[in-house]
Amino acid sequence: MAKSTIKKSIEEINRKIKDGKVIVVTADEMVEIVRKNGPRNAAAEVDVVTTGTFSPMCSSGAFINFGQGKKPIKANQVTVNDVPAYAGLAAVDIFIGAAEPVEDDPLNKVHPGQFKYGGGHVIHDLVSGKKVKIKGKSYTTDCYPSKEIRKQIRLKDLPYAVLVNPRNACQNYNCAVNMTDKTKYTYMGVLKPKAGNINYATSGQLSPLLNDPYYKTIGMGTRIFLGGAQGYIAWDGTQHNPAAKRRSNGVPIEAAGTLMVMGNLKEMDPRWLVGVSMLGYGCSLAVGIGIPIPILDEEIALYTGVSDEEIYTQIIDYGADYPKGDTKSLGEVNYAELKSGSIIFNGQETQTVPISSYSRAREIATILKEWIHSGKFLLGQPQRPITSI
Amino acid sequence: MYSKILLLRFPPNIVDKAIAVNLVKRFDLSFNILKATIYPRKEGMMVLELTGTKKNYNLGIKYLKNIGVKVESVSHDIRKNDDKCFHCGACTAVCLTGALYIERPQMTVAFNENKCSACELCVLACPANAMEVNFERGILE
Ligand code: SF4
Ligand code: SF4
Repeated sequence: MAKSTIKKSIEEINRKIKDGKVIVVTADEMVEIVRKNGPRNAAAEVDVVTTGTFSPMCSSGAFINFGQGKKPIKANQVTVNDVPAYAGLAAVDIFIGAAEPVEDDPLNKVHPGQFKYGGGHVIHDLVSGKKVKIKGKSYTTDCYPSKEIRKQIRLKDLPYAVLVNPRNACQNYNCAVNMTDKTKYTYMGVLKPKAGNINYATSGQLSPLLNDPYYKTIGMGTRIFLGGAQGYIAWDGTQHNPAAKRRSNGVPIEAAGTLMVMGNLKEMDPRWLVGVSMLGYGCSLAVGIGIPIPILDEEIALYTGVSDEEIYTQIIDYGADYPKGDTKSLGEVNYAELKSGSIIFNGQETQTVPISSYSRAREIATILKEWIHSGKFLLGQPQRPITSI
Repeated sequence: MYSKILLLRFPPNIVDKAIAVNLVKRFDLSFNILKATIYPRKEGMMVLELTGTKKNYNLGIKYLKNIGVKVESVSHDIRKNDDKCFHCGACTAVCLTGALYIERPQMTVAFNENKCSACELCVLACPANAMEVNFERGILE
């Protein structure tokens, strides 16, 4: 007969954190623990598994209120460091999106464009403590007589700045190859012709949603590592697709779940929010995210024990197929193979290239582990689950 | 997109011609003059960055040579700014010499400058703008 089953609640784990008795390991350490001791013992030993990912995430941005000048304005056209922000909100509220290029950017006129500065860079400059230049224009109203506003302002002096990323932490993602005979410049990086390289994007066994494939422990209100500060899961992300194809271990084999996350931009750190330029594609923001997975029972322990060899993804041709809306798989590959540096594709040894930083992902998982051990980070109680199947 | 920094030497008879303007008009290239000097014997020297498609760039260079301009490339080296590099690995797709490579199992990205051919492919491909070009000292002074 089985020994008594293990059941823990988030309150119990939080009590252990406060008492300094909590056991936290990173998701890559958990692989070994589950392999050696089995999920039951792992669930008894470990209270929290920390995950991490650090990758360009275009669906990111910040809500900012930049404060009125002497005479109030209903600003409806606003730029920050000449990057247009969405201003169809109340008076001096804006949303600055990571993927927005600077106003006079040549874009892809000379292909591939460099996209040197955009919304992601604005966010990076803000968290670096640099002054940004805000310009706003408007029509006048009886209550808002001003036509123009200009400010040079630092993050700490902004009345309000909150990072709100509608789609981050993708659960799994295609890897990209280029079957044409021309170099392609994509959001998956530079792809050399004739399957010269295969680029992949997730942090595999460290990736947050690959460690809780059915979103059983997380939800709106889960406290996370976001951009170097404590942030929160706000909702399902855009394109959240729990119905994606899965293996018997529950892990999706294609793009599946996503999260909307948010947190106070003023507490964040430029190391974990970096503006990026994707050659020939556009601007973006590399975002650092880490999610603590509470080991509530044996099943969750088993999930968090998932290793790179057990996580599969599809090879998609971004040269000809993808631009036509065709995402047929040219092959299935696991993250251990991808991480090794090359795979055999169509009978040829082919270089595999990460575009997401595994070393930074591990650093995030380690920081989060330290935060929890030190007692300064308590687990959040989910208020609404992430939509699952 | 192709971009290179060049040192142009003009013989005295063509210094005055609006050569740079022709590069823009005829070959759709854009340029950025970093330094320009006319020497006492009336020959000219110009360091400029020329940008455009690879094809137009080559046509532009041909044009310059045909009218008697001496075109030299400016020696430069590539450095990895370790404050900016976040070790994604994207540059290893374009680095054909293996100067940029992934250290396993830690999955950090290292740069071996002895293997670097200064082709600059990584300079454009690096999303973090961490690969920097440094020019031969003195040329711009
Ligand atoms: S692409 Fe840039 S940021 Fe990424 S590893 Fe190479 S140098 Fe570092
Ligand atoms: S300049 Fe060329 S050879 Fe040197 S590191 Fe960059 S891609 Fe590699």
